[in-house]
Amino acid sequence: MSNLSEIFKNHKAFIPFVVADDPDFDTTVKNVVALANAGADIVELGIPFSDPVADGPVIQAADLRAFDAKVRTKTVFEIVEAARKQTDVPIVFLTYLNIVFKYGYDAFLKRCADLDVSGLVIPDLPYESRDEIVPIAEKYNIDIIPLITPTSGHRIEKIAKRASGFIYVVSSLGITGERNEFFNGLKDLVANIKQYTDVPTAIGFGVHTPEQARTMAEIADGVIIGSAIVDIVAKEKQQAPAAVGKFTKQIREAVNSVKQVPVK
Amino acid sequence: MKTLNEAKQNEKQTGRYGKDFGGQYIPETLMTELEKVTKVFNDLKDDPKFKAELNDLLVNYANRPSLLYYAKNMTEDLGGAKIYLKREDLNHTGAHKINNVIGQALLAKHLGKKRLIAETGAGQHGVATATIAALMGMECEIFMGKEDTDRQKLNVYRMELLGAKVHPVTSGSMVLKDAVNATLQEWASRSEDTFYVMGSAVGPAPFPAIVKHFQSVISKESKQQLQSKEGRLPDMVVACVGGGSNAIGSFADYIDDPSVKLVGVEAAGKGVDTDRTAATIERGTVGIFHGMKSLFMQNDDGQIDPVYSISAGLDYPGVGPEHAALAQEGRAQYVGITDDEAVQAFEYIAREEGIVAAIESCHAVAYVEKIAPKMSKDQIIVCTLSGRGDKDVASIAKYKGVDIDE
Repeated sequence: MSNLSEIFKNHKAFIPFVVADDPDFDTTVKNVVALANAGADIVELGIPFSDPVADGPVIQAADLRAFDAKVRTKTVFEIVEAARKQTDVPIVFLTYLNIVFKYGYDAFLKRCADLDVSGLVIPDLPYESRDEIVPIAEKYNIDIIPLITPTSGHRIEKIAKRASGFIYVVSSLGITGERNEFFNGLKDLVANIKQYTDVPTAIGFGVHTPEQARTMAEIADGVIIGSAIVDIVAKEKQQAPAAVGKFTKQIREAVNSVKQVPVK
Repeated sequence: MKTLNEAKQNEKQTGRYGKDFGGQYIPETLMTELEKVTKVFNDLKDDPKFKAELNDLLVNYANRPSLLYYAKNMTEDLGGAKIYLKREDLNHTGAHKINNVIGQALLAKHLGKKRLIAETGAGQHGVATATIAALMGMECEIFMGKEDTDRQKLNVYRMELLGAKVHPVTSGSMVLKDAVNATLQEWASRSEDTFYVMGSAVGPAPFPAIVKHFQSVISKESKQQLQSKEGRLPDMVVACVGGGSNAIGSFADYIDDPSVKLVGVEAAGKGVDTDRTAATIERGTVGIFHGMKSLFMQNDDGQIDPVYSISAGLDYPGVGPEHAALAQEGRAQYVGITDDEAVQAFEYIAREEGIVAAIESCHAVAYVEKIAPKMSKDQIIVCTLSGRGDKDVASIAKYKGVDIDE
């Protein structure tokens, strides 16, 4: 188990997401550092995939830009290596399972441990297949962050009971991308999860404004923002680090305004 | 001793085939729905009432049993093994796809679903799904790569005629794999009233088992039919393989008969050793994609490679997990047939037998042309003609340099 859970103890966490090598190596390194300096608690770095079935058009387009920059799995590790010279912000990867499988589960997780990557979010790894990788991840103290969605229902108990790091609570059905409406049972969903675990929860999928971030931070222990930041990177390109930093400060303030109910 | 098929039955409970193929690798959003599909399938597949309902539609709507036709002209011309063609092209909607679609639509009905969604490559599965949706009064939306909507315009129009909405998919390489991505995304967004009718023997468990179950009618029939014509088993069963639904259906009832050689024919495109191929079993490596662990065309980083075949139904970068296991165990053999060989077979079977067969099926026919002369006259091949070729006429003409107005 990593130290990820600790992060949520003192305040509501903000977890921004960028895609590795979008639009290039140096910008991604600068983005990670800028996010960390602007108050991100954890940076979620997406490893591009040819067929990102859980992702909407914004992240799909970012993956394509990264492929234009000739991203390889080893490039992603090199980006973290470069960022590690400037920041010790906790990092988790968002990756589809095949990337990890092809690299070799053990080799991939060892490399993560060497670079102080704390966890992996794997959207196509459901509870049923977790034994594929979790025992190896445990060996390296890396968390495999589980996802719980509005459709999880009776599955919540078994997922929550074996969770570590934090639980990624999916705000709505479907794929990633900015939204103005969320599943209206989010409060109950989080309460339901809390019955079974002390592992903190962070809500993601569709959150894109400071107001929404505040609402989500009221419900859960943290909030994840992906597409909105990736969209800034798409527009600002090499100028993105300053812009994503500015955005992160706004979200940070919004999230900080929520009164902290300490996690047990 | 357990037979191979029984062993597989046990493995089906965890959805694994062979050493480690199959499984469930799909977003959490879909898992509850997948549990429901698993339950309804397990509850109903051996239920006498459900079986009667299925059989009634297969016989009275889909025109089953399909003929097992003795191809006398081909047999004489090739001068070797006796050739029988399993005529899935004569089914209603013109392909084997209807067998599986009827079964899955009945499962959907029992789950109370009002809307069917499906991916399609060549369009045959989309047409079959649109047909059943029309029959059962369900809504239907089909996802089809933009490349494929362009080369299979006739089938697009057929689906629309049947009341389905066809979504051209413009992401990725705009072919079958991208259509599967789009259909999975649609299902994740809306599963409450929607059933994903998986067209091939691929995807997360239980889909490979469901598709095999409903397609196994092909081999159950051919076994009985050959028994009454020849009083024995065939020596070889040949079928084309994209994802592998007609092939697994053609093999199913023979898997425990070791004397029957099983041959799956993949689309080699411009050649198995070129970049323009879809011969996944010959060229692919183990990976995890579209919900299953199987063989895929991919690079060293696990990024899925574009694949190519003249046939829109076979250019899929993966293959069903049971085929990967059958190949690994050596129970079935998989070979590649190029575009040129398939087109030649398209013309050959038309002239010899008066049958315009789907370009997908012609991959199997082309292999029969190669292997039959090497076999003796007292041997028997059963080759599945998975579909009819009307949909391909315009594109084959174009391939041959003839411009015809569709």
